[in-house]
Formats: sequence, C-alpha cells, structure tokens
Amino acid sequence: MTQSLDYLKETASQTAGPYVHIGLAPGAAGFDIYRQELGWDIAGPNARGERIRVEGIVIDGTGSPVKDVLLEAWQANADGIYAHPEGGGEVEEGFRGWGRVITDFATGEWGFDTVKPGCTRGRNVGTQAPHINLWIVARGINIGLNTRLYFEDEAEANAADPVLNLIEWERRRATLIARRTERDGQTVYRFDIRLQGEEETVFFDI
Amino acid sequence: MTKPGEYYQRDRMWHPPAYDKDYKTSVTRSPQYSLISLQNSVSEITGPTFGHNDVDPLDNDLIKNYAQPGQSPIGERIIVHGRVLDENGRPVPNTLVEVWQANAGGRYRHKKDTYLAPIDPNFGGCGRTLTDENGYYFFRTVKPGAYPWRNWVNDWRPAHIHLSIFGHAFAQRLITQMYFEGDPLIATCPIVNTIRDKAAIGQLIAALDKNASVPLDSIAYKFDIVLRGRRSTMFENRLEGN
Ligand SMILES: [Fe+3]
Repeated sequence: MTQSLDYLKETASQTAGPYVHIGLAPGAAGFDIYRQELGWDIAGPNARGERIRVEGIVIDGTGSPVKDVLLEAWQANADGIYAHPEGGGEVEEGFRGWGRVITDFATGEWGFDTVKPGCTRGRNVGTQAPHINLWIVARGINIGLNTRLYFEDEAEANAADPVLNLIEWERRRATLIARRTERDGQTVYRFDIRLQGEEETVFFDI
Repeated sequence: MTKPGEYYQRDRMWHPPAYDKDYKTSVTRSPQYSLISLQNSVSEITGPTFGHNDVDPLDNDLIKNYAQPGQSPIGERIIVHGRVLDENGRPVPNTLVEVWQANAGGRYRHKKDTYLAPIDPNFGGCGRTLTDENGYYFFRTVKPGAYPWRNWVNDWRPAHIHLSIFGHAFAQRLITQMYFEGDPLIATCPIVNTIRDKAAIGQLIAALDKNASVPLDSIAYKFDIVLRGRRSTMFENRLEGN
C-alpha cells in the first residue's frame, strides 16, 4: 500500500442534449424568462479594432448540417488582452470577449458580431496569431469540442503561430483558417466546422 | 512565491469517449482524428467572468421564476445544493452555474420537444446562480420526470438535471448531468453509460440529503461538482512572465 494522493476527480462530462437552449438560450427554446440572456454581446460598444462578423455551419459525418449546436467563443481584444485577471492587462469598458450562439434550427447556420482580436502572448516566448477560441456542444457530443478560428488575412502571423505549427499534418492546419469575405461593406469571416471526414476540423485537448 | 500554473491534464479515460455506437447520435458527431494536445497558453487559462449584474436573485428558484403569481409548478419540491470544487479540493467561488431540466412529467418547455406529457404552465425549467465565496450554490426546483427518447425503441432517460459550469478558465468549461440516488433507470441509460468508469458515474448521482431538507416543504439532494485543478508550483512556472 502507498499513501493516497487525495486529489478529487473532475466531474465527468455528459452531452448537452437536444434541449440545451432551455438552459443557455431560453429565447431560442421559445420562451422568455430572464431579464437578460448571456453571451449575445462579445465586444461591447467601446471596443477598439475592426468590427467583423463570423459565420459558419457545423457539418456531421454524413455531410449534413448539425442544427442543434451551441457554440461559445472566447477571444482577446484588438490589443491581444483577455478580459480576465490573468489576461495581460485592461480591456475596454464593456468588452467581455465571450459569446454564445446557437445554430439556426432550419439551416444550421450560426454567426456572431465581434471585433477582430489582436496577437496574444505565447506560452513561453513570442506571440500567438490572432484567433478566437471556440467550444462546441450538442446532442451526440459527449464532451465539448475545443477548436480555434484563425484569420485568412494573417498569413504571416499564422505561419509563426505555435499552435498551428504543432499540427503535424500541414494540410489539416487549413481547417482552422476562416475565409475573409465581404457583404454589404461588412467583413465576414466564414468558418465551417467538420466533425468528421477528410476535412475534419482540428480539435484540441486544451 | 508561488503562482498558479497550468491546469491538470483532463483524464480522457474518465470522461466519456466521443464515439459510442450505443448512443447513436454520437456516431456521426464524433471526431475521428485524435485531439491535438495543447499546453496551456493565456487563451486557455483565462475565461469569461460573471457578476451579480448578470444574474437576478430569483434566477435560482425554478419553483418561482416562471410561475404565475400565487401559483407553483406540479411536482416534488426539491433543493439541489452543493459546492463547486477543483481537483485540489479548493472551492471555486463566483462561478456561473446554469441548470435546465424537464418538468415533473418529463416534458421540456422547448419547441422541439413533442413528448405527450403536458407542459406545466408554471414551470420554465431553467435557472442560474453564482457560487458564493466558498464555492457553494443551491437551486430550488421540482424533481424532473423520466422521459422516453429515440435511441433504442424503449430507452428512457433517468430523471436528470443538466448543468453548465464555467470555472475561471476556458480550460475548465464543463457541461454535465446530475442524476438522483436510487433511480433504477440510471443503470440502463445509454447516455450515462457513455462513461466507462463506474466511479465516474457515481460522481454524477446526487445523494438524498435529509439534513438539508426544509421540513414540511422541500427535500434536498446534494451535488458537488469538481472542475479541473491547477498546479501551484514552487518550481518553474513557464506561464508566468513568458
Ligand atoms: Fe435531458
């Protein structure tokens, strides 16, 4: 016998299920209950930097859109600072950097408005390319999936990014790069997430 | 001087695997490639913070937060309470806990739920609260009913409450489900059984806690939640300073 270490075990994950909206986005479930739902305004009115829209779809192993997904986004501001005591500094009043969206029940499309984040500090040295951290839950997903969205027009920063460079199969890095487009004068980044298949999105154990 | 460091690696043998053919929906929604392991950077050790501006005092009372004045939902009145801790056994204060559940008949107030059990006009089915400085939280609600679902022809979900917890870092983000002590449906539920380790399942089953009951009013269940712990190291801490 040896001594026991006395650590607790992390509570095991379970799927968010098909009715995740009731808890996290009740308006989408079809009723109004809270004074204010959380996560609909990521950047706030005072955020510096380029206003952008991010859109996409989550596609399952049969090639069909997944229509009951909930996504959460976590990002730094335009200066690369996260709104957190360890985030590297102060952010603009009202900047939270966190958002929550659901996919459209009919089409599977999701989207949110925010500002483009700046480079953030690297783990040891250097910087990370601008990116948005995403967390995806749904019926059939037993433990939330973590991925990162990078920006097509940051080729130089992306080439030096320590996380992208960790992905051995260079071809797979492309699954994390959002395509820059324009609609009615607004910048829209397109980021489709594939849960399976040849172009399966890279997911991380963070 | 010790500064908190990285979060302990998630035990992926303890959590359910992404793919489980007995939980059929997971078959086409489970990534097939291995996850790429990331050592924590600032992106993972930070996460959203919430305060009392985000949550109203009544938000944790599911008996009242959707009921008509003077009315209350049908069902067994219960209190669910416990602490949010980390793997070091330390409380996680001021963290957002959100819950959702079916009503006492097993029906969700959701436009996609078509189960024939009735909607309860006095029950919304969601709540939220912040843990206090000791990591303590509680909800008041009614005990949810079991409900059937399309997996195998005759699958029934055990009574359960869904919980979403943030912790203080995006790396701690967790969604899980709480079950009730003594429910015979737990043993045969394909979603419960996506978890391989019996002890991990046991950790999802709330204990009847008569000491915390309100006599002649509500019976209590205790449910502690454990989030990932964090190194606090007197050795090299690479996250600091960078
Ligand atoms: Fe459920």
